[in-house]
Amino acid sequence: MTQLSPFTSHEVADLLDEAQRVRGSLDRGFRDHLVESIYHDAAAIAGRVTRRGKAAGFDLDRVIDRIVLSPVLGLPLMLLLLGLIFWTTIIGANYPSQMLATGLFWIEAQAAAMFEAMGAPWWLTGFIWHGVYRGLAWVISVMLPPMAIFFPCFTILEDLGYLPRVAYNLDWLFKKSGGHGKQALTMSMGFGCNAAGVIACRVIDSPRERLIAILTNNFVPCNGRYPTLILIAMVIVGAGFAPTAASAIAAASVLMVVVIGVIATLLASALLSHTLLKGQASAFTLELPSYRRPNIGRIIYTSLIDRTIFVLLRAIATAAPAGAVIWLLGNIHAGASGGTLDQHVAGFLDPLGHLIGLDGVILLAYIIAIPANEIVVPTMLMVYMSTGMMTEDVSHDSLRQVLVEQHGWTMLTAINLMLFSLLHNPCATTIITMWKETRSLRWTALGAVGPLVVAFAVCFIVAQAAHLFGLG
Amino acid sequence: MRCGTCDECAINDSRADGSEGAAYVVALAGNPNTGKSTVFNALTGLRQHTGNWPGKTVTRAEGRFTHEGKTYRLVDLPGTYSLLSASEDEKIARDFILFGQPDCTIVVTDATCLERNLNLVLQVLEISDRVVVCVNLMDEAKRKGIAVDAEALQRELGVPVVKTTARSHRGLDELVQRVAEVAAGKTATQPHRVRWSEPLDAAVEKLRPMIEKVAPGLPNVRWVAMRLLDGDWRIQQSLMDGELAKIAQVQQHPTERFSRQLAVEGRQ
Repeated sequence: MTQLSPFTSHEVADLLDEAQRVRGSLDRGFRDHLVESIYHDAAAIAGRVTRRGKAAGFDLDRVIDRIVLSPVLGLPLMLLLLGLIFWTTIIGANYPSQMLATGLFWIEAQAAAMFEAMGAPWWLTGFIWHGVYRGLAWVISVMLPPMAIFFPCFTILEDLGYLPRVAYNLDWLFKKSGGHGKQALTMSMGFGCNAAGVIACRVIDSPRERLIAILTNNFVPCNGRYPTLILIAMVIVGAGFAPTAASAIAAASVLMVVVIGVIATLLASALLSHTLLKGQASAFTLELPSYRRPNIGRIIYTSLIDRTIFVLLRAIATAAPAGAVIWLLGNIHAGASGGTLDQHVAGFLDPLGHLIGLDGVILLAYIIAIPANEIVVPTMLMVYMSTGMMTEDVSHDSLRQVLVEQHGWTMLTAINLMLFSLLHNPCATTIITMWKETRSLRWTALGAVGPLVVAFAVCFIVAQAAHLFGLG
Repeated sequence: MRCGTCDECAINDSRADGSEGAAYVVALAGNPNTGKSTVFNALTGLRQHTGNWPGKTVTRAEGRFTHEGKTYRLVDLPGTYSLLSASEDEKIARDFILFGQPDCTIVVTDATCLERNLNLVLQVLEISDRVVVCVNLMDEAKRKGIAVDAEALQRELGVPVVKTTARSHRGLDELVQRVAEVAAGKTATQPHRVRWSEPLDAAVEKLRPMIEKVAPGLPNVRWVAMRLLDGDWRIQQSLMDGELAKIAQVQQHPTERFSRQLAVEGRQ
């Protein structure tokens, strides 16, 4: 570029010298004066061209904000809203999930029978229909209905303009933990998808606070983990109570997990900002937009096409190969005992699992589910029932029977599974995104392994405490 | 002279690399949450998600629209309140308006709080005279009982002003029309210049002849002088490596702008 300049560089040098000299003679506050004169003109012009009449009706925004942003009611109201969304999701997803499962597993049975009738070898039928297809069927029936309810609800809140208010309400907490106030926003994005949450951290300018936000984003459950949380909450936690209270209890337990996630986010942020990432929290301006009437068409488009279908396709892309792996693990016999591979691995992991209130199968499921958290529950169930066929009856009662009576699950298992699901390592996509955003193997490794350590520690403490008090 | 964030940076593929087939480059600036992305979507037909919260445009969005047979490349800049501080968003927005040489910059403003939005408009007007101001969210203003006199605002600012409600596509045809006129150089604009304090004006006048010598034809000498006085590193750098002078050259011969670009790239 330099050769294009028609002037000699000493003219530029003279100019820069002169600028430096003149700057010295200027009042130090000239920049403030400058900003003041801009503000002055802006105010004068705005005053001349706008007319404020009577607002049509009273200022509803301000009335709502007085409640939503109130120091007393703000936080409880936020929890109530979130709890309401979970409850709606749990209530609404139950029946469609079972219908989908019944339909999809019926297809599996028919297709497998057809393969057999056509004389296909047993391993082909097993691999395709009881492996790959079953993985898909599980993911679709378990995940699609909750997502189709949860995402539109969440998108309505987003379009209304509620998210910045969440950030406003949580700002003081993040400031206390040494993070950036906008971390509340990136955390909210994490509720949708942690990878998206990590990318959203770009809105934070300070590299230190951005790193904190990236490393702790994983502590809020993404939609890939909601199905696990909601299912366990419904099948085990809620079922321990009277049927009328079951769904409310289940929703409350999911809400509880989210609150624990937020607390973990704050604690981890505080820990990081007092050790590896020391520094002051920086100030920022957050504009609270007017509430806007959500556009129904766009909500449906965004939440169903952009979010639900996108996540579902991703889950399917990982569930199909995972289904195949599970089928192989369950059908390859090895060792003197002739047990299947998954029994060997699960048996090997069992002692570690029990130490933290889980079991070997659950840990195996988490290893297989590293590419995507969506498939934890399907994996677990398939391994539990790996003797070949899984019972086609997937109602919650029979599920509960399998878990509690055949595999010794307790309330402790359910609680620790929920905690583990909340705190454990991020999925592969999120890890890759962390690397892309930080370009640092060290920070990525910390972001991947740190949560796993936390998950093990928390589950261990809970399990040991429960044993100590004779619970579980 | 590139920093580490080239992939995300708005200047990265300034007109030289990415504008094949597009006759004009149009930048979209504005405060956060004024409906910039809605305007962007409405003009380009893209469906970038627009959540109602500030700062959600984290990756640069780009799209195209056509008007009377000409193609316009539209670049959605990060929302900012000002162009004077050192935040990353403001740097990206300012550098694109200055070095990306858009043929027109649309500043989207929120009709319900025009005063604060005008702060940014006035700063953009210091850098570029090819500006169209879009007063958006007119529906919300109406609901709040606020009326905006677009003609008066146009007289005050010296650049075209268009009232829009981007969500329901109201006013966008006129916006495109004004943008096309400014981009083609058919509109003579007379941007409002803020009156600065006398010592600052005097200091600027001392630097003016030197800047004009170094970068003849630069349309925003006053602003460049002010930035130099403020010790703006990026501006110093662009003087030293001749980038600013090159811009001045191109600005002087607007009709040659495009063919020159193609010639530099060896496409002609």
